[in-house]
Amino acid sequence: MAIYTSGVIFAGVDTADKDCWKLESYIKRGGYSALDKILNSGMTQEQIIAELKSSGLRGRGGAGFPTGLKWSFMPRALDGQKYIVCNSDEGEPGTFKDKDILEFNPHSLIEGMIIAGFTIGASVGYNYIHGEIFEVYERFEEALAEAKKAGYLGKNILNKNFDFDLFAHHGYGAYICGEETALLESLEGKKGQPRFKPPFPASFGLYGKPTTINNTESLAAVPFIINDGGQAFQDKGIINSGGTKLFSVSGHVNRPGNYEVPLGMPFAKLLELAGGMRDGKKIKAVIPGGSSAPVLPGDVMMQCDMDYDSIAKAGSMLGSGAVIIMNEDVCMVKALERLAYFYHEESCGQCTPCREGTGWLYEIIHRIEHGEGRLGDLELLDNIGNQMAGRTICALADAAVFPVRSFTKHFRHEFEYHIEHKKCLVNHKWC
Amino acid sequence: MLSQDSLKQIDKELTKYPPEQNRSAIMAALRIAQVEHGWLSNELIKYVANYLNIPPVQALEVATFYSMYNIEPVGKYKLVVCTNLPCALSGGVNAANYLKNKLGINFGETTSDGKYTLKEGECMGVCGDAPVIIVNNHSLCSHMSIEAIEKKLMELQ
Repeated sequence: MAIYTSGVIFAGVDTADKDCWKLESYIKRGGYSALDKILNSGMTQEQIIAELKSSGLRGRGGAGFPTGLKWSFMPRALDGQKYIVCNSDEGEPGTFKDKDILEFNPHSLIEGMIIAGFTIGASVGYNYIHGEIFEVYERFEEALAEAKKAGYLGKNILNKNFDFDLFAHHGYGAYICGEETALLESLEGKKGQPRFKPPFPASFGLYGKPTTINNTESLAAVPFIINDGGQAFQDKGIINSGGTKLFSVSGHVNRPGNYEVPLGMPFAKLLELAGGMRDGKKIKAVIPGGSSAPVLPGDVMMQCDMDYDSIAKAGSMLGSGAVIIMNEDVCMVKALERLAYFYHEESCGQCTPCREGTGWLYEIIHRIEHGEGRLGDLELLDNIGNQMAGRTICALADAAVFPVRSFTKHFRHEFEYHIEHKKCLVNHKWC
Repeated sequence: MLSQDSLKQIDKELTKYPPEQNRSAIMAALRIAQVEHGWLSNELIKYVANYLNIPPVQALEVATFYSMYNIEPVGKYKLVVCTNLPCALSGGVNAANYLKNKLGINFGETTSDGKYTLKEGECMGVCGDAPVIIVNNHSLCSHMSIEAIEKKLMELQ
């Protein structure tokens, strides 16, 4: 898998080296020097949060919430147990960056979590790892054992009177557990059904204790920010989109893979890094931020930069940085049908608009795709979407509706053609 | 119902969580039990719940909620193919169709010799390596071209 890096999380990581994930390699790359810096220089929690804020780091799981601000919400001075939880439950179709961090550079995450624990006053952390990547979970367990043996985890870390324990929790197949409160429920050994917010995890999180939940990529960027300073991270990107970001590029390109690039890079450049379009085909559509992000026509995307504002201005979201690229042979009805099926499968069933609505969306798109579409079906899809979005406990319903709205908006003629002619406008080929 | 080795693994999982939070270990405990038995019968789910000292219904709801638990018997090899959009754009659907034809079964079915069960998977988080097949939940196989599938099936006897 290609990993192009511009020097933050994957700086110096040779993914072809089978030992690149080990503690010894990490230390050779300067690993654990950020932890050493905060414990030995007497950096305070407030100073670390200030550094995070100046870095411009925004949550890399999809929501893009400023990480420094999130950390500042924790009642640090409050007595009693607090937790730091990492969300490595990466299941948003198109996203596969956190897996590479865990596989090739797990200690960057471990170090980031220790620093997070120190900053928010948590003595215990959990990393919730996506079910389907069991071998990566096992590797992370090995990395934890290395860190513990070397004295980076456990009691009295680096003889600085600071205790921190970190554990891995393995999921077992539920997209919804990527939603932070569903993840907490799952960590407590329950069905992964999201909690009503408020209260937010910072006041009522894991086992009812104050908890901060961050994405893997966000936490793995923390050592760089501490070592080189928040400004150095910010400077890698642009205003309001500080730093570098991992983009998982999939679909019809020559070199699918992860690309760690400065935020603000033109999409055309990212496409070029990924080897351009496979078989020289024309680009038809791009989902720029994981399957929940609205799709954009290829020509619109070619004018965009890969940062939060540029993508938002074009009508979509940077989300998790999963860039799904489709060529001219893709039938957009068929593509949407598959995504709609996914959300229907993965709805946790807790809220009626989502449980029922995702089923209806799929049924209707399925019948359009199979030549049984009816006049009025597009209006019906709109109507159902309006009854789902914003009317449920979590954002899964919205995530199911965004693709439907955007596919039927940008490629409406294909849907209409399907309904009218009972067949596909394009000679569809998946690949 | 579980070997000493499995119980030892569960005990290790229990140490990750606060003493009063045994329930947190249920996901791992069910996984370990499934590895030993191949699937989770109601008796096994109850046994695991009792071992963790939690009500059996709490174990059952976890076993039925998460897709990787087998709540009915499966073949010797459970093959899960991702056909979600990013994978479909890089051969996921082709791989699934090839397996259906080759094995003569549809998704959710098991070959008559009890060797293979075929399932349709949702996003496994490895879209860049499509087509992707997971064998028995824990072995993820990437870049599964037709040749790679043939080779894998030869190994899985």
